[in-house]
Amino acid sequence: MPLFDQLYNFARWLTRNTEDAEDLVQETYVKALKGFSSFQLGTNFRAWIYRILRNTFLTSRTGLRVTMTVPLDPEQDALELAVENETPETILMDRSNSQLVLSAIDDLPVQYRETLLLCEVEEMSYQEIAETLCIPVGTVMSRLSRARRTLRAHLGRKLQGEEAVMEVAKGTNHGL
Amino acid sequence: MVCESGNAKLDMYLDGELPEAEMRTFDAHVRSCHSCSADALTRLQMKRTIQVAGRRFTPRAEFRRRVQQDIAHKPQRSLGLGWMFAVAAGVILVVGALMSTYMGTRSDRGQVFSEIADLHVATLASASPVDVISADRHTVKPWFQGKIPFAFNLPELQNSEFSLLGGRMTYLDQTPGAHLIYDVRKHHISVFVFQEQSLRTKLDDNSLSPKKAPFNMETWSQGGLRYFVIGDASAPDIDSLAKLFKAAS
Repeated sequence: MPLFDQLYNFARWLTRNTEDAEDLVQETYVKALKGFSSFQLGTNFRAWIYRILRNTFLTSRTGLRVTMTVPLDPEQDALELAVENETPETILMDRSNSQLVLSAIDDLPVQYRETLLLCEVEEMSYQEIAETLCIPVGTVMSRLSRARRTLRAHLGRKLQGEEAVMEVAKGTNHGL
Repeated sequence: MVCESGNAKLDMYLDGELPEAEMRTFDAHVRSCHSCSADALTRLQMKRTIQVAGRRFTPRAEFRRRVQQDIAHKPQRSLGLGWMFAVAAGVILVVGALMSTYMGTRSDRGQVFSEIADLHVATLASASPVDVISADRHTVKPWFQGKIPFAFNLPELQNSEFSLLGGRMTYLDQTPGAHLIYDVRKHHISVFVFQEQSLRTKLDDNSLSPKKAPFNMETWSQGGLRYFVIGDASAPDIDSLAKLFKAAS
């Protein structure tokens, strides 16, 4: 099946759980095969099938829940990260950088997360992303920029927090 | 800190999205600007980290099988009545042994249909669906010489609605074969030809096309070759093209 692994990975990032991701991929393939006559030979198949997956996600229960929490005009608003509820202890448990990156990606609002993943993981061009998400190329660029900036800020804060906790931990050890 | 001139373009540069001339100019700038090159390296590391972290999830093998089966033939809805399940279970127990051989064959057939459908979809999705581009059968047929271990005839299409777009080599059951693509009223139809004896799955003529499949398909064996005609065109169109091939062989 074409793009099966990639579509599943993308679906899993969108839905954030295995069961919904599997339902989403299965429904995507069924819809793609039913509507294959609408696919124009010579156009971008990858963008077409990712678009089906994303549209299916947006109309799913999980997708509706996610989009209902998205600002009405997110391109105009400065992105503010959600307040972190993590304690120094939970950050200490989350030691490796890759885990930090995973959680930072996961914390991104869905419209930034999907744009970033299509660019970095699926290695789509800006034009392909625009076709997949049905948005102008300029919006792709601004979403990418915001996603990266947010990710850097998020990681910077977490790593700084870790360092501070490490210092505290060292001080505590010296005191013992 | 990134210099003012480089800041805005750095992400586009690393994404390979700058126009070619601008890319060359900016590349020269990054190589000579210390702050830009340092920031480019940091951003590149971040890109690679996201790339690795982003490929985190892989589908379960069982899920993959389920979707393949679903595509091959959509499962029938159950009636949801307990007593019917009980009766069905009894029937299954009685005839289970007799059915096992048949089901195995049917599963193989479903698998073959699924693979043929995959080949058809993946080829049409490709930027270059055919390796020999020609509407002339006398160009397309000789192209396969030396590439596949058999020869076959292509039908004359005059006075028909079909047109030949071209062909390519393909594989099924690790066996090389020919894949031809035809056009009829903007629908694309694939014709696959393989050596019958090389296919591991033994098939009966016209036994493959599941009733609820999204594609129409016809298959038959002729002259030691196994033919598959598949596409989203109507069943009469698929049948017409199959008849042309049968007449030519």
